Amino acid sequence: MKAIIAENLSKKYQEVQAIENVSIDVNFGEIFGLIGPDGAGKTTIIRILTTLILADSGNANVNTFDVVKDYQKIRKSVGYMPGKFSLYEDLTVEENVKLFASIFNSKFEENYNLIKTIYSQIEPFKNRLAGQLSGGMKQKLALSCALIHKPKILFLDEPTTGVDAVSRKEFWEMLIDLKNQGLAILVSTPYMDEASLCDRVGLIQHGKIMQIDTPTKIVQDFKHSIFGIESNKVYTILELLRTYQNTYSCYAFGDKIHYIDKRNKFDIMDIQNFLKGNKVENFIILDNVKPTIEDCFMDLMRHQ
Amino acid sequence: MRQILLIIIKEFKQIFRNRILLPLIFMMPIIQLLILANAATFEIKKIKLAIIDNDKSHISKNFAYKLQSGDYFKIIDYPNSIKDAEKLLETNSIDLYIYIPNNFERNLAKEHTEKIGVVVNAIDGSKAGVSFNYLLNNIASYQSELTKTFGNKINLQIAQSPKIISNDYYFWYNLNQDYKIYVVPGLLVLLITIVGIFLTAINIVREKEIGTIEQINVTPIKKIEFIIGKLLPFWLIGMFELIFGMIVARIVYHIPVLGNPLLIIGFASIYLTLVLGIGLLISTASQNQQQAVFISWFFMLIFVLLSGLFTPIENMPPLVQNITLFNPLKYFIEVIRLVMLKGSTFSDIKLQFFMTTLYSLVINSIAILVYRKSS
Repeated sequence: MKAIIAENLSKKYQEVQAIENVSIDVNFGEIFGLIGPDGAGKTTIIRILTTLILADSGNANVNTFDVVKDYQKIRKSVGYMPGKFSLYEDLTVEENVKLFASIFNSKFEENYNLIKTIYSQIEPFKNRLAGQLSGGMKQKLALSCALIHKPKILFLDEPTTGVDAVSRKEFWEMLIDLKNQGLAILVSTPYMDEASLCDRVGLIQHGKIMQIDTPTKIVQDFKHSIFGIESNKVYTILELLRTYQNTYSCYAFGDKIHYIDKRNKFDIMDIQNFLKGNKVENFIILDNVKPTIEDCFMDLMRHQ
Repeated sequence: MRQILLIIIKEFKQIFRNRILLPLIFMMPIIQLLILANAATFEIKKIKLAIIDNDKSHISKNFAYKLQSGDYFKIIDYPNSIKDAEKLLETNSIDLYIYIPNNFERNLAKEHTEKIGVVVNAIDGSKAGVSFNYLLNNIASYQSELTKTFGNKINLQIAQSPKIISNDYYFWYNLNQDYKIYVVPGLLVLLITIVGIFLTAINIVREKEIGTIEQINVTPIKKIEFIIGKLLPFWLIGMFELIFGMIVARIVYHIPVLGNPLLIIGFASIYLTLVLGIGLLISTASQNQQQAVFISWFFMLIFVLLSGLFTPIENMPPLVQNITLFNPLKYFIEVIRLVMLKGSTFSDIKLQFFMTTLYSLVINSIAILVYRKSS
């Protein structure tokens, strides 16, 4: 039994095609990541699956229930954490958690164990108004509220956007912990580095899913060899390489440049000579850079 | 039911935690009744007056003295010519002037009839009207006084104006024409309308604006339960405000409550469902609190000005009178005045009851329909 099955979902907002023929499936005990830049359609997919909006076409089942016909049943069995903090800022931490527990007709005390690891971190501030919490604590509170009714499936829309690196790491540890308890988790994120923490990812761009696989498989499937170029003149080199006849692709990657050549076999001196011929001196070329999800993403975008 | 209760409890927690809203809810009725009831008055006193006395006789001086003896007129000047008087009028030094012709006393004694001129500054139309009417009353009473003095029927007229009829006004249900008795019941209606429309509209759109509705929508709470849970607290606050305001009105202004106060409360309970429905409709139509406030204010202004609270509806042009049929405030103001001041019973206000109930059903059906569609 799959936790989530979506088939050929499409949704249009006025003139904008938000998503087109999106099909994904998520198993229980699995973290599925929707990876893509802002405006790729991640939120739209999550909002359709959480029964907040209707798709124009396609079907979807969540926890075996149809998102249109049985939306009431779905709402009982899923937890949702919107991209924007959406709890009551003028209620305290404890009041928020208890409110959402009782809305789902469950007791805070009964399900306390489920959220214990997360909630215990904000429990010292349980009498503080939610609006006065820091960004990381707000995320933890939101996750607590999404989990308090013991959902089987968890939807998280960009849960780590705007959260510091330490809190992000902690947050993902919690998600992996929840997954190990058997929950199905659908998480969206614009951060490519978080992809490796998912069991499977769907790379999405302009409303279309480009590839779905495990992060390792996606990286393995990457056929090109990448050269890294380090320099203090990244921008100049990028501009030059774009005019170079043998360039397959080149793009900024962190503070480096990733370069892929059209030819399968070639001498690294070719690039060196080309750059030096154009009066660029200070650079180091690294051979055999290990591809990441971001490299795969960039490559997939080229083919779209 | 349980879900509705949860939302109500949440609402009250939020309201009681709101440092601005809560004091306002309690202070508003007191401030409105104590300050506005005193400020909003039609009574005009100390009307500034000039008299061009060309006769300078005993009678003409006596007439001026009589005018000033009341509380209403204050003689500022005795100009010598119309030109001087006009100047005073233009500089706003006076509100009106009277022209007493030559041989005023002689003509009254011999011909038993005389005309005087009156010019009123009509920049403030209602003040001009009231001033003129006061003057007519004064002239009429002076006329009957003269009749006694001369022993003949005296006819004192204002030039180029219809002849003066001695009016004996008698205001039923408000014997002393105390403006407060007239305005305070209306203010009570205004009060609970503000609570109903503004607070509801802002409160519901707030959930949309800050996104909490997203989180609520993914829970098993049904939309109708959510709406009722959001509206009911304001229904209760509105009822509280009305009863609280009625007590203030009774204690401070001794406003008579001739009819059954329960009738007013009963009517208010239906009336509030109507204004809450309007608030709900506004909140579904708007995307943020700014829009909600602006739309609420737009309707509120129309409702108040066309309610009969300050200007009698009977004085409005027929077209506008028809528009007032869609004004919920009009019905409640009629009812509260009828019941409080006249002692009307249910059978007298059946029409208002029917209209308000019907109106409420229509508005709420539309509001719920639109609310469902919008999200």
